[in-house]
Amino acid sequence: MDVILFLVFALIAVVCGINVVVQRHPITSALSLIGVMGSLAVLYLLLGAEFIAMAQVIVYAGAIMVLFVFVIMLLNAGAEETRGKSLVAQLLGLPLLILFLAFASHFVQRFVPSSTIVHFGAFTSGTAHNIGIALFTQYLLPFEVTSVLILIAILGAIVLARKELD
Amino acid sequence: MNFFLLSVIKAAVVAFVLLTTLAYLQWVERKVIAHIQVRLGPSRVGPHGLLQPLADVIKLITKEDLIPPYANKFIYLLAPFLAVTMSLISISVIPFGGEIQVFGQPTWMQLTDLNVGLLLILAVSSMGVYGVALAGWASNNKYSLLGGLRSSAQMISYELPLSLAVASPLLLSNTLSLRQIVQTQAGSILHWNILRLPAPQIVSFIVFIIAGFAETNRVPFDLPEAENELVAGFHTEYSSMKFAAFFMAEYSNMVTVACVTVILFLGGWYPLFAVAWGSNYVPTVVFALAGAVCLFFGLNPVRKRDRITLPVFGVIFLGIAVAFLLAQVQAIFIPLFWFLAKVGLILFTFIWVRGTLPRFRYDQLMHFAWKVLFPVALVNLLVTGLLVAWFS
Repeated sequence: MDVILFLVFALIAVVCGINVVVQRHPITSALSLIGVMGSLAVLYLLLGAEFIAMAQVIVYAGAIMVLFVFVIMLLNAGAEETRGKSLVAQLLGLPLLILFLAFASHFVQRFVPSSTIVHFGAFTSGTAHNIGIALFTQYLLPFEVTSVLILIAILGAIVLARKELD
Repeated sequence: MNFFLLSVIKAAVVAFVLLTTLAYLQWVERKVIAHIQVRLGPSRVGPHGLLQPLADVIKLITKEDLIPPYANKFIYLLAPFLAVTMSLISISVIPFGGEIQVFGQPTWMQLTDLNVGLLLILAVSSMGVYGVALAGWASNNKYSLLGGLRSSAQMISYELPLSLAVASPLLLSNTLSLRQIVQTQAGSILHWNILRLPAPQIVSFIVFIIAGFAETNRVPFDLPEAENELVAGFHTEYSSMKFAAFFMAEYSNMVTVACVTVILFLGGWYPLFAVAWGSNYVPTVVFALAGAVCLFFGLNPVRKRDRITLPVFGVIFLGIAVAFLLAQVQAIFIPLFWFLAKVGLILFTFIWVRGTLPRFRYDQLMHFAWKVLFPVALVNLLVTGLLVAWFS
């Protein structure tokens, strides 16, 4: 059951991911991206990380992508025009992609030590409680540094927005 | 296998009751608004217009289904589906009552309990924005587009105070599972999160209700469908069942917000005061009073029809009042009575506000969210956190 669900949602994620690039209309691309986020959330859920799955949906699919869709709607962006593809890209695109993937898989197998195999349902400590404790004890410094980073980003956004007004 | 069968039965019952409630909620809304405006409301179809929802459904199904020629067809069809699905999902984690025995099988009056139940509701409601926003965009109509834009901006803005208001009662209850949130509020009204020591959540309750109005696009925050500016807003181009889907989504969101308010702040299925003080007799008294009022007005009828309908309702209510004295009925229906009574109260407030308040202007709406609600919710969260840390 778990394996079937994994295969289904992994397939959906990959197809939606390809669709993001292939589609010419920005809204359709954005919707496909939401599909990717949603299926990733299901994959987290399958691995036993309920909190991360819900955070994925709330933050990425629910907040960030709504902003994307909002901006696309506000600018009323239409479908992209098809440009004539260059001959070099047509001829070399696929071989180069295969070459890149071959190199990537080679390096991953070579340099990343083989870790233990993941079993569905084996990991059960993905609750909000465990994540909270991990964040505020083991990972306190990275957590605080990230929050400062986000604060700086927010301040930057406000400064940039104020400049427009003057 | 028994568990599976029981789950299917529970799901069927909840789905049936929810859909009927959604249809009749509209009847209640029309009646209440009508009486606020000194009108009668629906009164032609069935006694007191009680069959009006049925007539509405038949009308909506048989209506011609139009798709505007320049609409983006796929997204146009996807949007109402998305809106209604996302709004119906949240009912699956709402607990209606405690543990009961069905044919000797112990089960909870809840479809499923997740340890991230509350987050699921937030996630699903934030996905619901897409239904409205995409409907507005795909219709290829400027009024629809403006409605969709307004609604997405409004929902993004009001989600922040909503989430902050949700966070403070969580500090008191210390769990994300909706069932456990209710269980930590057992006892009288003094143990409910709204009045619970060390940090009563009255402010958070008010912020949550206001943000809930905005999230469901209800008056006074119904700018996405402001009829005097935008025809009908995001659903201008929708007809037939697709229009009905948006309507259902709106009412279902109302029910969800009311349920979550009751669970977070008003003690879920627990009674107003302790059983030792006789809270088990409250439903009997309420229904007996309702029956007596119906019988009185049935015997002194204002209209000719009331001579038949009101005594019938009176007898039904008295029958329910007697049934509430039976031990078997009490075990299942008393928690349900309290839960539904509180949800009904919140839903009535929704309708009451719609009949009372005028609509916000758009800049007032944004000003209110960011400069009033947001800081208030933030300060409340801070104070709650400090009090909880101090006293624990």
